[in-house]
Amino acid sequence: MTTITQKPSNPIAHLSSEQIEALGAELDAIRQEVLDTRGERDAAYIRKVVDVQRKLELGSRALLLASIFPPAWVAGTVGLSVAKILENMEIGHNVMHGQWDWMRDPKIHSTTWEWDNATPSEAWKHSHNQVHHAHTNIVGKDNDLGYGIMRVDEEQRWHPFFLAQPVWNFINACFFEYGIAAYDLELGRNLRIPKEKRSEAFKANLKGTLTKIRKQATKDYVVNPALAIPTGSFLPALAANFTANLVRNVWSHSVIMCGHFPEGVETFELKSIPENETRGEWYLRQMLGSANFSGSTAMHIMSGNLSHQIEHHLFPDLPSNRYAEVAPKVQAVFEKYELTYLTRPFVPQVASAWHKVIRLSLPNGWLETTNARNLPSQLVALYKITTADKRKRRVMLKLLERKAKQEYAEAA
Amino acid sequence: MSLDGVTGMLDTVSISTAPAETTGARRLRSGLRSFLDAAVTPLSVDDLLDHFAPLRPAATGLQGRIVAVDSETTDAATIVIKPGRDWAGHIPGQYVRVGVDVDGVRLWRTYSLTHGPRPDGRISITVKAIPGGAVSQHLVRTAKVGQMLQLAQAEGDFVLTPPAPGAQQKLLLVTAGSGITPVIGMLRNLYSRNEAEARAAYDIVLVHSAMKRDEVIFGAELRAHADAGRLRLIERHTDTDGLLTTADLEAEVPDLAERAAYACGPAGLLDTLEAFYDERRLTLHTERFRPTVVATDAAGAEGGTIAFTGPSATTLEVDGATPILDAAESAGVLMPSGCRIGICMGCVLPMKSGAVRDLRNGEITVAVPGETHPDGVPIQTCISAAAGDCHIAH
Repeated sequence: MTTITQKPSNPIAHLSSEQIEALGAELDAIRQEVLDTRGERDAAYIRKVVDVQRKLELGSRALLLASIFPPAWVAGTVGLSVAKILENMEIGHNVMHGQWDWMRDPKIHSTTWEWDNATPSEAWKHSHNQVHHAHTNIVGKDNDLGYGIMRVDEEQRWHPFFLAQPVWNFINACFFEYGIAAYDLELGRNLRIPKEKRSEAFKANLKGTLTKIRKQATKDYVVNPALAIPTGSFLPALAANFTANLVRNVWSHSVIMCGHFPEGVETFELKSIPENETRGEWYLRQMLGSANFSGSTAMHIMSGNLSHQIEHHLFPDLPSNRYAEVAPKVQAVFEKYELTYLTRPFVPQVASAWHKVIRLSLPNGWLETTNARNLPSQLVALYKITTADKRKRRVMLKLLERKAKQEYAEAA
Repeated sequence: MSLDGVTGMLDTVSISTAPAETTGARRLRSGLRSFLDAAVTPLSVDDLLDHFAPLRPAATGLQGRIVAVDSETTDAATIVIKPGRDWAGHIPGQYVRVGVDVDGVRLWRTYSLTHGPRPDGRISITVKAIPGGAVSQHLVRTAKVGQMLQLAQAEGDFVLTPPAPGAQQKLLLVTAGSGITPVIGMLRNLYSRNEAEARAAYDIVLVHSAMKRDEVIFGAELRAHADAGRLRLIERHTDTDGLLTTADLEAEVPDLAERAAYACGPAGLLDTLEAFYDERRLTLHTERFRPTVVATDAAGAEGGTIAFTGPSATTLEVDGATPILDAAESAGVLMPSGCRIGICMGCVLPMKSGAVRDLRNGEITVAVPGETHPDGVPIQTCISAAAGDCHIAH
């Protein structure tokens, strides 16, 4: 991925500013249609999901009280994993977006919701709703791009540190909720500041997050296993909670990778974004910066309807149960304005996102110029680039990139 | 210190000298409770129990279940509600705030309670379907037995003062339309308990106006009271008789000055009566159903004023095209803010009263004290402009 303005063929060059505004008006009309028909059916949907989720979690936790018996362990762990996924994805994420605020029910409201996750909802709402959704895919502005620890763009200079990024990414997937908590705190940036100079806001947020983590960990790893002691199920219950958190973390990480990481999703340079971005221009950036995945209804619900990431980014405050319904209309707008509506089934989309993580962990052009035959010599070259000093490395990186371009030109 | 205060203290003392095991048991119970809450954080055990028994004591919000919808006239119905166990009871004549989900949106309205405290513990409200009234139409036409309603505790001081033992109190009750609802609660309470005692204690004249005879809510019941000699009923059908005037009232009730007076009905009637009673230096108890009317400027050209209450108390003049957030910030108010394009909910503040217009699609959101949620209606200040005079808590 290269920021859109650096690409040889700019995918939006064919659109005039009038067309961009017309496109914005069409999307506004789609949004309005949903607002006009939003009502009892939608309210019943979210209440049902909340009800099912809570009963499923309660039932699963009850089963885990006897998790010394393998069938109870398996059923309880599966149930708890599903419940945790529903709570974070279809309920928590969407409620905190304000998708259900129109119901004026204080119990299902963005200002009151707290979720089953290490990061407090206040912190998450700031970094997610405010920073990520407003500045989607602007390099340097949207921290969701690589979470500050990964190389997600060819234009980011390669450093040997990035060789390990597939490993980071895997570890981040397993402990995703803590990754998000650290990210919401901007932990990396703040820890580099000397202790006495850190802002009061950061200290308060850190305290809030640590309290939340303590409560979450106490619930999953102390209280619930302790409740299972009478049947001798302390350790199995502990393992079940750990597994459910792991499953939820890996699943949500995968879903989120599918939203903005797959090959073909565009990124943007801050300096290319106009000072006063119009509604049409903002819509266009959301259209190019997101990707969907296709699947069954169950798949959509389990992903919190982030399988409709494009629709979600265009209309983050519309009820999630309506994304599937507006998707064909949104796709028609993409086609009308000759834009690419990026969607694939889940597995290829995750694979595509991982492919990008691996490709960018290596110097630009390395993967493209490598085949089974030249692998040994390429590995030697990679070793040399990695161990070279800064200046030599820069020259070697340039050479490699040029070689890849030549090969590409020859093949074409 | 009042005598009540002293008795209160005595109660406290007697509790603190209770056997030690009670304290121990209580401590054990609260400990167990914190332990179970820790097992379901960030929820509480109560949040979960609400899914199974929303009417139990200590539910997280007071609710009620509709147990009957009885039609009174063609456009009025009595809704009988089984309230949650935390319902603290009421005095006849008081009202209750009811939160109803109409097409998915929770709307709050205030209705008089139309029964005295009943032996079965149920409460009732009688609702007249107002043309275009979202909640009243819903309650009269589409509400179903089993549906849940949100409730607040009973409120209001439109209640009778019982006469001293042995004395008889003379009452004048003036009502119009659905203004009969608090009064029917009083009457039912009086005559369902001990009729002889009630007859001895009160001498009642009820003047009731309605458009026509068959539109009189509780018509049959009122006439039955009159026939049994429990009260003198003066019915006025405004379609044929015209509106009630104070001259009519004086003519019909010559001993008006001796009677404790209670009135409930449309603002016009109450204003007239209040002026009349003021002139004669007599006391009138009134109950107004719509104390505030929010002026709405749907076109959005006019704007209005924004009054911030709370720590940032200040009032601004604003136009109808500038987001409240921008207007407030340029006036130096420290505002919560976020994306500034209406997606992050970082700028939401509760509007206690007033009307705002969504700058994206022109949709008007209104907050009316006593009708919408007591804590206000949350609005996104970054995409809302004033469409009238607004009070925002901040």
